[in-house]
Amino acid sequence: MIDGFLALYIFMLAAFTGKEIIGRVPVILHTPLMSGSNFVHGIVLVGAMIALAHAESPLAIAIGFIGVVLGAGNAAGGYVVTERMLEMFKSSKGEKKG
Amino acid sequence: MDLQTTLVWLAKASYFLAAVLFILGIKRMSSPVTARKGIVWAGVGMVIATLATFAITRGHNLGYIVAAIALGVIPTWLWGKKVAMTDMPQMVALFNGMGGGSAAAIGAGELLKFTQAGIAPPLATLLLAVTGALIGAISMTGSIIAWAKLDGRMDKRFTFGGQQAVNFLVFAAAVLAGLALVFWKLDASLVVVFFLLALAFGVLMTLPIGGADMPVVISLYNAFTGLAVAFEGYAMGIEALIVAGMVVGAAGTFLTQLMAKAMNRPISNVLFSNFGGGGEGA
Repeated sequence: MIDGFLALYIFMLAAFTGKEIIGRVPVILHTPLMSGSNFVHGIVLVGAMIALAHAESPLAIAIGFIGVVLGAGNAAGGYVVTERMLEMFKSSKGEKKG
Repeated sequence: MDLQTTLVWLAKASYFLAAVLFILGIKRMSSPVTARKGIVWAGVGMVIATLATFAITRGHNLGYIVAAIALGVIPTWLWGKKVAMTDMPQMVALFNGMGGGSAAAIGAGELLKFTQAGIAPPLATLLLAVTGALIGAISMTGSIIAWAKLDGRMDKRFTFGGQQAVNFLVFAAAVLAGLALVFWKLDASLVVVFFLLALAFGVLMTLPIGGADMPVVISLYNAFTGLAVAFEGYAMGIEALIVAGMVVGAAGTFLTQLMAKAMNRPISNVLFSNFGGGGEGA
């Protein structure tokens, strides 16, 4: 268990971090960045895995199973889609600059 | 240190490393020069965190976990590889909806555990588990509607008279059900009602929004899912979920504002312009 105020500080610092690190993103990267951050919250998979590992009743196992399937889909799909977007972005950008 | 303590320590260290990689990855993805490296860094973080989790689950329900991961990864991976480049935004919506659903499922599992154990969890844990489940469920069905609209599977817009009032009532009812779970009674049937209301609100909220505004809405749901993940991370006591979820929640909110600004549309306009204005359609 995480101490309440310590958690509040983590929430606060993480929120500022999130805003600051994307501070000057150019318009052309808006959609790839949305996709990339969509991939990052795929970390929910880890929470779902732990929940499923601790599940004992059939209902809890079913809920945990759904959670892991959805979380894994978020992570895998998010990665592939982001990578493909950035691939396209780089080649077109390179030609323009070239 | 015995083996078990060592494994838990290793997993916690891996989660920390993953959180650092996620932040560096997102930072790189926001600059044109480093963007492609960014997703790889974040991807490495994800693999490290997932592998480390096997170390602390001690093989409980291992078959289910492996099967569920395969079932989640294989179809989305193949689909993501072959989908047309122009269809990318709705794919992001769909995968984001899955993440929201996963957070909601974690919340449902936690609430189920609390109802069965018959002991009251700490107030903050219960409050954040319920809030995360609410946001995650809204994000899931909202994202699915966004996907259906962008994919041309649904009419561009759906409005009716008094829509704003109906939406508000459903949202208020979902919040009330959540508050009742936290402060009144952890009851299994109330948990079901709570989830149904939250899922319904996600649908209702997204129905009146037009296709052109969808990217902004998807970005907003992306931020929602991040928040939901962070809150469920607190409920489960996993710091990496709090940090990654909150970073995405804040970055996603900021990005939503930037996207709305790039379209010359204030975010409130995108979300509420069609509420209650049934038949007025622009």
